[in-house]
Amino acid sequence: MSENQFTLKVFRFDPDTDTGHRYDSYTVPLRGGMTVLDALFYVLEEKDPSLAFRYACRGAVCGSCAMHINGTNRLACQTQIVTLQATEVQVSPLPYLPLIKDLVVEMAPFYQKMDNVQPYLITHESPPEKEYLQSPRQRKKLDSVTDCIWCAACYSACPVAWGDPEYLGPAALVKAQRFAVDSRDQGGAERLKPTDAEEGLWRCHTVFNCVEVCPKEINQTEAIEGLRRRTLKRRLGWK
Amino acid sequence: MFSHQVLVVGGGLAGLRAAIEAHDRGVDVAILSLVHPLRSHSGAAQGGVNAALGNAEEGKDDSPERHAYDTVKGSDFLADQDAVEEMTNDTPERIYEMEHWGCPFSRNPDGTIAQRPFGGGAFPRTCYGSDKTGHYMLHTLYEQTIKRGIRVYAEWTVLSIVVQDDLVNGLVALHMPTGQVEGFTAPAVIMATGGAGRIYSQSTNAIINTGSGIALAYMAGALLKDMEFVQFHPTCLYPTNILITEGARGEGGYLVNNRGERFMKDYAPTAMELAPRDIVSRSIRTEIAQGRAFEDVYVHLDLRHLGQEIILERLPGIRDIAMHFAGVDPVKQPIPVLPAQHYTMGGIGTDSWGQTPLNGLFAAGECACVSVHGANRLGGNSLLETVVFGQRAGVRVSEWVKGNGAANPARVESALGASNQRLEELIAGKGEEDPCLIRQEMGEVMMEKVGIFRHRDEMEEAIAKLRELQQRLAHTRPLYGGKRFNLDLLRTYELGGLLLVAEVIAHGALVREESRGSHSRRDFETRDDQDWMKHTLAHFTPEVPRFSFSPVSITKWQPEARKY
Repeated sequence: MSENQFTLKVFRFDPDTDTGHRYDSYTVPLRGGMTVLDALFYVLEEKDPSLAFRYACRGAVCGSCAMHINGTNRLACQTQIVTLQATEVQVSPLPYLPLIKDLVVEMAPFYQKMDNVQPYLITHESPPEKEYLQSPRQRKKLDSVTDCIWCAACYSACPVAWGDPEYLGPAALVKAQRFAVDSRDQGGAERLKPTDAEEGLWRCHTVFNCVEVCPKEINQTEAIEGLRRRTLKRRLGWK
Repeated sequence: MFSHQVLVVGGGLAGLRAAIEAHDRGVDVAILSLVHPLRSHSGAAQGGVNAALGNAEEGKDDSPERHAYDTVKGSDFLADQDAVEEMTNDTPERIYEMEHWGCPFSRNPDGTIAQRPFGGGAFPRTCYGSDKTGHYMLHTLYEQTIKRGIRVYAEWTVLSIVVQDDLVNGLVALHMPTGQVEGFTAPAVIMATGGAGRIYSQSTNAIINTGSGIALAYMAGALLKDMEFVQFHPTCLYPTNILITEGARGEGGYLVNNRGERFMKDYAPTAMELAPRDIVSRSIRTEIAQGRAFEDVYVHLDLRHLGQEIILERLPGIRDIAMHFAGVDPVKQPIPVLPAQHYTMGGIGTDSWGQTPLNGLFAAGECACVSVHGANRLGGNSLLETVVFGQRAGVRVSEWVKGNGAANPARVESALGASNQRLEELIAGKGEEDPCLIRQEMGEVMMEKVGIFRHRDEMEEAIAKLRELQQRLAHTRPLYGGKRFNLDLLRTYELGGLLLVAEVIAHGALVREESRGSHSRRDFETRDDQDWMKHTLAHFTPEVPRFSFSPVSITKWQPEARKY
């Protein structure tokens, strides 16, 4: 990499017009603090207006721009070019999700899994007049598991999900655990049902790919283990 | 053609809350959103949401009335006091409801919702979930829409609001993944499209916050209220302008200039770093102008004295942002910050139930102007506004559709034809102008000439420049013509709306010959309650915006000097 520029290789494919995919290479001037998302905007505005990618917050909170960057799933906006320490930056869409165009994938299979785990607080009794009381210790259990931004980096990095399209995948299981550990949730057995399935939490092979790629540093495997323990205890009638 | 009773445009907090309310009242409601709802900019809000719950030890004497007073004073007395009181009275119920839906607020030792101090507030009133409050609230409301099975049309960009004879008939929208352009019929539309930050070259706002929804309503015949009031947040990370929450100062952070002085002592000796945002932003800008900034560009936000434990516990997101985007660990080093555009106080004029004068058009959240923020919004009141007025718009729209007839599909059909034609013309291109360059020049001229400090001469230059940019936009190069995820087409289409909104901001700022809140004129340096205790209302015309005025509602609090 010259000090002031680098090569950005971008996966390109438009199913309407192309018979197969290709990589286009662009020389991009390097600015201080430049992220992969900045570089994609440079290409869109200066080199090729046909480039397609998702974006929104540019601050690593919205989960729009997860993609495969130099061999790993990452958020484009959170990845500074200099930290990649490479002369060439190669960008392709999240693997194993259907492609819409270039770096834009169809997220529906992922969202469907999230929807399937009853991703909302279950309550049966009417709520108190003010807030539910929750001790700081009870609240602490919600740290990390509530950080998920639904970017699908983990889902797309999971070898079990690649082989089994029905598998719920790490993010959905974390979401289930998020409510299972919430002192306010009254779901009980009903809460654990959607994940206590062959395509649910027993499918995880603890490969830890999800943990490696998560931009919010969530430990999905630990959350899945916690959900397994909770489910076993309930099956055994301990809880 | 799709058909619903109510269409909510925007899937952020205000839109989701409005849709939930309408759904729960038995109305067939659907959400259209430019992005998947969880990508909305609401999720980037950090510090918290104000509510006079009195949970903090020092907050026992807090009340909705004190909250209202602080809001009115913060607004530099331009907020409508009746609307502010309606908001602060609704507040506890809306916050408890969020908690009952599972929002993971941080907690006090007694299990109640934790509250921290924020700028301009007399008590610790800002309920927070770590420094990720917006993220938590957005996910909580989205969970509730999943639970209810509310229909979401994600990645649909609205191209126009269909209005005929002062009556809303629906929308025309473009589906980004396929390029399909479709009509949506509905007798009522709620705009909840957020702010217009990206009209400015330096903004904390998400890239998607273009204000295009405000422009659509304006072109459809809604009036834009108080658009000259643009909030600049004092502490934005250098150089990316990513927000560093006011909560960092709420927890005790210092602002320091290159002489090592806590310079706020010279501007707001009592409130210091917790003066309202307009005052702190002007102070930082003055420090920079007078040579007391680092590298002539930024000042320091110093959190080191708070200690590692507090920073990791209450400001973990800020630490991540500073480390990822500036290479600075706030535990060990001060954070480089400067003011950048942050919030659009003005917007689509509504009453306190989200209703506009245009039959069937409603608005809520940052794109709307009730007005509860007046000339300067207090930190922690924007998340509040979204859930309070989202809910209220949902109530009123449900009454509206039950009392009014169906939309006319033929009108939507003909608008669909017009939209398709417009897109084809854009793709064909009539000239060689580069839309990206027009967007960039717009951002720079707004930043330089309609920014924190303003003057007639500069604003007139800005208006002339915006005119020139509009003319150039009529002669853009041929655009990319592909169907799928055509960003070139989307961004160029939006740009027309952005320029219109920029023009309203600049004209409004020129018209208002006083300094009030965020609107600070070097040629009219004081507040003028005699002539300017009124709202500006911009009416769309094919030439320049036409302005009328409406009175400010004053109920309990007469204007007073604003000292902190």
